[in-house]
Amino acid sequence: MMSADTMTATKTMNMIEAINSAMDVMLERDSNVVVMGEDVGFFGGVFRATAGLQKKHGKTRVFDTPINECGIIGVAVGMGAYGLRPVPEIQFADYIYPGLDQLVSEAARLRYRSAADFICPMTVRTPFGGGIFGGQTHSQSPESIMTHICGVKTVIPSNPYDAKGLLIAAIEDNDPVVFLEPKRIYNGPFSGYYDRPVEPWSKHAASAVPEGHYRIELGKAATVREGEALTVLAYGTMVHVVKTIVEELKVDAEIIDLRTLLPLDIDAIEASVKKTGRCLVIHEATRTSGFGAELAALVQERCFYHLEAPVERVTGFDTPYPHSLEWAYFPGPVRIATALTKILKD
Amino acid sequence: MAKAPARASAASKKTASTPSPATNREGPRDPVPYDATPAELEKFYREMLLIRRFEEKAGQLYGLGLIGGFCHLYIGQEAVAVGLQSALDGDKDSVITGYRDHGHMLAYGIDPKVIMAELTGRAAGISRGKGGSMHMFSVEHKFYGGHGIVGAQVSLGTGLAFAHKYRGDGGVAMSYFGDGASNQGQVYESFNMAELWKLPIIFVIENNQYAMGTSVNRSSAEDQLYRRGESFRIPGMQVDGMDVLAVRGAAEAALEWVRAGKGPVLMELKTYRYRGHSMSDPAKYRSREEVQAVRDKSDAIEHLKKLMTDAGIGEDKIKDIDKEIRAIVAESADFAESAPEPELHDLYTDVLVEQY
Repeated sequence: MMSADTMTATKTMNMIEAINSAMDVMLERDSNVVVMGEDVGFFGGVFRATAGLQKKHGKTRVFDTPINECGIIGVAVGMGAYGLRPVPEIQFADYIYPGLDQLVSEAARLRYRSAADFICPMTVRTPFGGGIFGGQTHSQSPESIMTHICGVKTVIPSNPYDAKGLLIAAIEDNDPVVFLEPKRIYNGPFSGYYDRPVEPWSKHAASAVPEGHYRIELGKAATVREGEALTVLAYGTMVHVVKTIVEELKVDAEIIDLRTLLPLDIDAIEASVKKTGRCLVIHEATRTSGFGAELAALVQERCFYHLEAPVERVTGFDTPYPHSLEWAYFPGPVRIATALTKILKD
Repeated sequence: MAKAPARASAASKKTASTPSPATNREGPRDPVPYDATPAELEKFYREMLLIRRFEEKAGQLYGLGLIGGFCHLYIGQEAVAVGLQSALDGDKDSVITGYRDHGHMLAYGIDPKVIMAELTGRAAGISRGKGGSMHMFSVEHKFYGGHGIVGAQVSLGTGLAFAHKYRGDGGVAMSYFGDGASNQGQVYESFNMAELWKLPIIFVIENNQYAMGTSVNRSSAEDQLYRRGESFRIPGMQVDGMDVLAVRGAAEAALEWVRAGKGPVLMELKTYRYRGHSMSDPAKYRSREEVQAVRDKSDAIEHLKKLMTDAGIGEDKIKDIDKEIRAIVAESADFAESAPEPELHDLYTDVLVEQY
């Protein structure tokens, strides 16, 4: 939902521009907001997400850090405890692991262990996911590690409009947020067919992004397609992939874009699955202990007597993210079509 | 480093920052021992004795099963927290430390009752029983905790310093860690950023000679820990941490440097913990004789008593303080034993802003 102060002009933006705009708006509105990370200042970020921000807002508020992820997150936790709203970038989600100590043991625990005396209003932005031949250290999807921490919110946008509104809400949130940006769709939605030309965001309705401030509340899913035959739960890149396949196969699927994994909009999921009686979960991350396992468990707990078929999962394989066999690993059109056929036949 | 920190009079003079032979860089001025008034000596004594008696009581309560889990006592190191924190500006400066945090809280004059009640996990504890021994906080005193992960607080302290500078509030962050933590990678990430950005921070290594059961020499290639900042151009000072006046004097020299906007200082405080690392420490890594030798020759409280006598403070006065402290500690233990435990619903509070 757009809030009242959103009546500003819209502009066509891709995801990078929308994310940049969110930080620009927040730097403008709140002097406590600082943007930091490897290459984010002078260079403007490896994916250009912070381009121009240092020039506009100065080196005190948008600055380069050394390559030290644990230090970056740790410093940001301390800044947040003192009342700032740091927005550190971790250049790839795969680099978040050196900082996981700070994320788990400090950021996610500070509110609890100080009985809310101190909080950590930090938003860690980080590009994640595959589809760009990044191989095992530049393609991973660590979202279920984040949701497993407890004490950290996990947000994954799937289009420019949502990316900006969710990022603003994340920066304004008083808890630590891990904001995972699906890098495959930075410049355009992905159909799942890697051999087709890339469609730019400008042809997509969600590229009309207000230039000013607006929020999309964390914890609210979006129904991107209404339908009766089954419910598909997806987020990030996979929202677009599954939508392409569903439309090709003319399946009357209801597609829910979760947008926030934690807090999770379980009410929207429950209502949809009770209506359709079937549920397919899709994610790019490895299968075992993936977020799909949590979703499948929640759906059976809440909708068991409405289910007409077992909950199905289409996911990455339980292997490191491959370089040369990327499209075999990626849960693309063939595997999704197979799952759709199976779940509708059961 | 199995030897006790000696306090010959020559050693006291060594509290001066030792200039690095490798460089001629400017550093903080050579510190001089603090010239305390009799009233200040009394105050230091009161605070250090409170820490010692409090910790002894905590050890007893642990033995009785009233304190569970982990409990790291500060006995032996009292002069460090008292000497350093007495030099800070309570309205502006912030402090953060590791898991051996009881002494730092007490040195701030925080009510011992709510500290002891935190140790026993009661709702009346300063962090409502949620933090326990290792994780205690005080907004009022800008005390950013007690942190259980070795070295993690050093990065947080660097963030506090960043925020002081960003706000321009004139505050300095004091970030304590131990000789063990001084081998953690994120400490050096923090050193680099702190000096690069000229942050107002004092890094304090409380070198109590043992990282759990591993002596400094068995764990550290460079065992002169005050030199650990050199490759980041952070000036180092080695200080006799068993002499509260030396500590206070060194803190003032460090603060002058940092408050002048010249960036961080690394202070190594040579000290000694009398008790085990935690309550379950079999102490097989050092001899009884070694511990006893420190108690006999270098004890910080005995040393301070001597200074008080020299300053004309009578035996009776000291005895009165002892009695007063025993009463305060007994009261805190009674409170911590009788205060109620948190309600069951507290299990889910303070995880995130809202409940989901």
